[in-house]
Amino acid sequence: MLRLIVGLVLACSINNMVLAGGDDSLAVRLDALAAAKLSKMPAQIDLLAGMDDPRAAVVLQALLDGQLYARKSDKRLFIATPAADKSLLLTDPLGLVQPGAAKKNEFKRIAVNNRMRSQLRYAIARANLQSPDPLQRQAAVLRLLDDLDPAVLVLLDEAAEDESDEGVLGLVYIARGMIALDSDDRLEKMAAIELLSGNLQPLVKNRLQQVLARDDNGDLLETDAVIVKKARVALAAIDSKAGVYKFLETTFFGLSLGSVLLLSAIGLAITFGVMGVINMAHGELIMLGAYTTYVVQLMMPDHLEYSLLVAVPAAFLVSGLVGVAIERGIIQFLYGRPLETLLATFGVSLILQQAVRSIFSPLNRSVATPEWMSGALQINPVFALTYNRMYILVFALIVFVLLLLLLKKTTLGLQFRAVAQNRAMARAMGIRSQWVDAMTFGLGSGIAGIAGVALSQLTNVGPNLGQAYIIDSFMVVVFGGVGNLWGTLVSAFSLGVASKFVEPMAGAVLAKILILVFIILFIQKNPRGLFPQQGRAE
Amino acid sequence: MSMLKNIKSMTAGVALGVASLVGTTAVWAEDTIKVGVLHSLSGTMAISETTLKDTVLMMVEEQNKAGGLLGKKLEPVVVDPASNWPLFAEKARELIAKEKVDVIFGCWTSVSRKSVLPVIEELNGLMFYPVQYEGEESSKNVFYTGAAPNQQAIPAVDYLMEELEVTRWVLAGTDYVYPRTTNKILEAYLKSKGVADEDIMINYTPFGHSDWQSIVSEIKSFGAKGKKTAVVSTINGDANIPFYKELGNQGVSAVDIPVVAFSVGEEELSGMDTSPLVGHLAAWNYFQSVESDENDAFIAQWKAYIGNDERVTNDPMEATYIGFKMWVEAVTAAGTTDTDAVEQAMIGVSVANLTGGMAVMNKNHHLSKPVLIGEIQEDGQFLVVSETDGTVPGDAWSDFLPGSKDVIADWTAPISCGNYNTVTKTCSGQNF
Amino acid sequence: MASHYVQSNPLFVKFADDKWGNILLIAILLTTVIVAVGNLLVPPESPFHVSTYMVTLLGKYLAFALLALSVDLIWGYAGILSLGHGAFFALGGYAMGMYLMRQIGDRGVYGNPDLPDFMVFLDWHELPWYWSGFESFGYAMLMVVLVPGLLAFIFGWLAFRSRVTGVYLSIITQALTYALLLAFFRNEMGFGGNNGLTDFKDILGYSLQSDATRIALFAASAAALVLGYLLCRWITRSKLGRVLIAIRDAEDRTRFVGYKVESYKLFVFVLSAALAGVAGALYVPQVGIINPGEFSPLNSIELVIWVAVGGRATLFGAIVGALLINYCKTWFTGALPELWLFFLGAIFVLSTMFLPRGIVGLLHRKGESS
Repeated sequence: MLRLIVGLVLACSINNMVLAGGDDSLAVRLDALAAAKLSKMPAQIDLLAGMDDPRAAVVLQALLDGQLYARKSDKRLFIATPAADKSLLLTDPLGLVQPGAAKKNEFKRIAVNNRMRSQLRYAIARANLQSPDPLQRQAAVLRLLDDLDPAVLVLLDEAAEDESDEGVLGLVYIARGMIALDSDDRLEKMAAIELLSGNLQPLVKNRLQQVLARDDNGDLLETDAVIVKKARVALAAIDSKAGVYKFLETTFFGLSLGSVLLLSAIGLAITFGVMGVINMAHGELIMLGAYTTYVVQLMMPDHLEYSLLVAVPAAFLVSGLVGVAIERGIIQFLYGRPLETLLATFGVSLILQQAVRSIFSPLNRSVATPEWMSGALQINPVFALTYNRMYILVFALIVFVLLLLLLKKTTLGLQFRAVAQNRAMARAMGIRSQWVDAMTFGLGSGIAGIAGVALSQLTNVGPNLGQAYIIDSFMVVVFGGVGNLWGTLVSAFSLGVASKFVEPMAGAVLAKILILVFIILFIQKNPRGLFPQQGRAE
Repeated sequence: MSMLKNIKSMTAGVALGVASLVGTTAVWAEDTIKVGVLHSLSGTMAISETTLKDTVLMMVEEQNKAGGLLGKKLEPVVVDPASNWPLFAEKARELIAKEKVDVIFGCWTSVSRKSVLPVIEELNGLMFYPVQYEGEESSKNVFYTGAAPNQQAIPAVDYLMEELEVTRWVLAGTDYVYPRTTNKILEAYLKSKGVADEDIMINYTPFGHSDWQSIVSEIKSFGAKGKKTAVVSTINGDANIPFYKELGNQGVSAVDIPVVAFSVGEEELSGMDTSPLVGHLAAWNYFQSVESDENDAFIAQWKAYIGNDERVTNDPMEATYIGFKMWVEAVTAAGTTDTDAVEQAMIGVSVANLTGGMAVMNKNHHLSKPVLIGEIQEDGQFLVVSETDGTVPGDAWSDFLPGSKDVIADWTAPISCGNYNTVTKTCSGQNF
Repeated sequence: MASHYVQSNPLFVKFADDKWGNILLIAILLTTVIVAVGNLLVPPESPFHVSTYMVTLLGKYLAFALLALSVDLIWGYAGILSLGHGAFFALGGYAMGMYLMRQIGDRGVYGNPDLPDFMVFLDWHELPWYWSGFESFGYAMLMVVLVPGLLAFIFGWLAFRSRVTGVYLSIITQALTYALLLAFFRNEMGFGGNNGLTDFKDILGYSLQSDATRIALFAASAAALVLGYLLCRWITRSKLGRVLIAIRDAEDRTRFVGYKVESYKLFVFVLSAALAGVAGALYVPQVGIINPGEFSPLNSIELVIWVAVGGRATLFGAIVGALLINYCKTWFTGALPELWLFFLGAIFVLSTMFLPRGIVGLLHRKGESS
């Protein structure tokens, strides 16, 4: 009762609000929504969606985003976003109470299920037809296309009247065409097919295929031969266009897989290729990089967007330092015995795995994906490039170029190469070979750590992370030619692309087997890999 | 921070370990009932199984606080089969023959269970298996407290078909026996419901598959044919995160193509960034989010035992809980830990589910349990969207596989057989 | 690369009389007798009784020792480091497993007389062609040797002829076992997928669960190990063995002198693969399961470590290493379930750093100082 009075007093003080019968009808609806059981909520959502109140759309959006909370004490609804300190930042959908923070445990989130999500999206799409943002309008029309019927078309036509955005208009044309396919008028039908020809929207293709539907006897339902022919041509146009994009997509998938292989193998290309150390703990150094990302995110929960920028140098340092420790502690005593470095580092890998298991628990750790890494760049309805893969591809190339510059253009790089080519001579020239060894190994390990940051965005962060990549990494280095960074690059991308083209034909498992068999046979033919290093005594 | 605590417990562990090396001979002076724990603590399966080891230890501790069993203390014996399947058989033999344990709680994967089965049957041991599995088995010496396919997969498909009006199906799984069998059962079931061949897509991937780009793209185009499509996922543990991430990034949301999973629970979710998963479904017999007094108490006990407020509970933990409680009841009723006596006493025992109602041990060594369908929420918990009326009895032998539709399991007289063919009236292949 | 630092191993000469090897052989034979008597004749109450658990455990160790021996033969004496030897072991194991599956007959859970349970399960209707013949013990035993041998022959023929050596060879052997791992995981292959082959009933009509059969298998393992050891010793002492060592230490020079390096390497590689196959065949009935996990590349690396820890190029060092590390594993996984990987890892690191010649090197040093 008190609330009602307070509400009335406050409501009266706000002039620009449309009030029905002296009461705020949205408030009534919201109270009903808050009181509704899960099964009764769809009805309440419908009522809300039917309201001619812009604030209702905001509530529906919040409900869809999981940001609608009820205060436990009085079941009053608020839109809230969780803040870093586990409190909630509240805004009142009715605009009565000033925004502010509150304790999380005093509120309960209003949960929705898929059915309601679908309903909400539809309602929001209808509301968004009037949105000032053309992208939102496009998304809204696209959503409405799913439930296209003449009534919806009327809605779309209304929206198109004062529409200036071409994308939106294009979608409305498609809608008209799809409706027109049902027309009895032969010419109208043919015009519709013409209009839809070559359009990549999956809906269009399905709709055109319906034109060619057959009855139980296998005869075409459509008796007009011209229309059938036109529909076939239109479909063929769609298919050939889609085929091109399918090819581009597979290539992108392959390049993306290649970039992951490149990142995980390139550190190994240094420690194995340049130094001759078979580092079985390489995978665990990758894993340490991924865990570093996790810890970085734990330490900066308010700035997840930037966490990866911090994680890259941090992972480089952590894995690099562990690498230096391994080199100084173990490997420096084993130079010239590459197979024994394999055995010792295998022991190290077991220890690192178990250490992570003991410190962080054997469970996977959750690494968040920043907003800018999620989603995809939609180029057309059948072709999209996922952002995380794209960034990782670019990132891998940057790492590669930097590494190349480091090795070719700096004094340190010169020393690396000198020691790798002829240790005794390098020492005679005054190079501190021990220091260079430690730095080289640290560099290779540090890059493994960076790879871990990238992998944390694609896969699990757990104690077994490293094992999944170690064998593939060795294959990439050996296939490319030991001691040749360019070889590693070419090998990573060609293996990535090849396996993505084989996969749709043979299935994921067989594709992997075929690639392995190919590598085995290739090495038999070219025992030193794609780009054999010249003039070095083995 | 929990890391420091872990380091502490690690040092304590080393100390304990060393102490146990020195003092192993002195322990067995007191007469105890030994409880074997056969869960991997290292290797690939440690991620799932370590939790179950802790659950058993917690139950043992609780039972001892309540005065033990038959007037004796319970003594846990923990070994590490290290995710190595032959080692499971060896460790089972070690537990029964060398450590003389009275019962074993253990195994997660089907292959580990298959590996220990001959050993347990030969030595007439007793084991509780707490994980959902493919069925097609019923051993005299094993009690299956996880779900059989008809307690997980079929209700989930029913839900999708009736509530979400799904007509096109992707059955995606990791290539091993559980997904293979579940998908075979589901395929037969869907066809019996009139789903056409071209509306079913079956896909298998290797363990730990991490590059899902092509498959998700394939699912996407399979789902763009104008019919409501759903994915029934039997994808195993580690491959799930990259799968859901790829779904999210390629813009496949739960509203467009919902994924219902049988191996994704609260614990798996706690290691994931849940944002791309919201709205996807899982079918289990237990969810942490279910509100009941038993469940609240169990969750509080677990958090206190493990010393971490963020830890979650999950279905295999409930299955372990039910199995342990049932074993305690059966031993109390039989007045002995002798395998044969306990085995007979187990049948018909009922224990309160954590989600309400009673779980009953049936003659086929499987449980009757309720089936819940939940939608994943942002906080990594499930919103229950459907629940079966009453409980569903676990079916050891599926009615939808041609090889087993005539086979039943009944461990009471006069049949006393795990794979009794009702047509030929024979019982074959028993190891006792 | 700098592999020429590992060239000469004086151990070979020092152990020419093979005192320790003879001691080890006698120890193995004695143990076999003691275990057999202790298990079958001594009553269980007696403190001298050897439990069945112990018998299968020791039997497994012996199979692993034979496997380690086969690795030492090629790595220690011919310088071929195979990181995929587990594949040959597993293939031998599968051949034995297929025989044991066929022995089950209609005693499977589905009672199908023709098909193993997992095939009924997958709704297969007839036995794949490559399963035929495995109902015969002789044929299966032939396959135990032939399948790994043939694979080694093809692989070795290709690799040695194109002079793939050193780490390249090691990495492609790893690719080989990895490819087989993935292949055997596939259920379509008809080898039971991830579950592999299990639930064996009997061998040659004798129940696998009886103590007498277990002792027989254990004795067979011991016999195979002793015979394998004698064979390897004979080979490495012969002229052939000397050529192999020459190849290991200076492959090009040996070639220039006029030896057909490829043929020598191929011969010893095939022999080693066959020995590994036999080890696998002995392993499977004793542990009761064979599955694709045996193909795991990590397994193959680990068994190289057994040899390294024991002492390379001594033959008996390999046996000592295999027995010791496997015993440690059994003990650690029971006594220190949460921490054993630290210990195992530390053993690998420390022994490579401080025992470059393995444990056997210690004996050697002792012998020198006295």
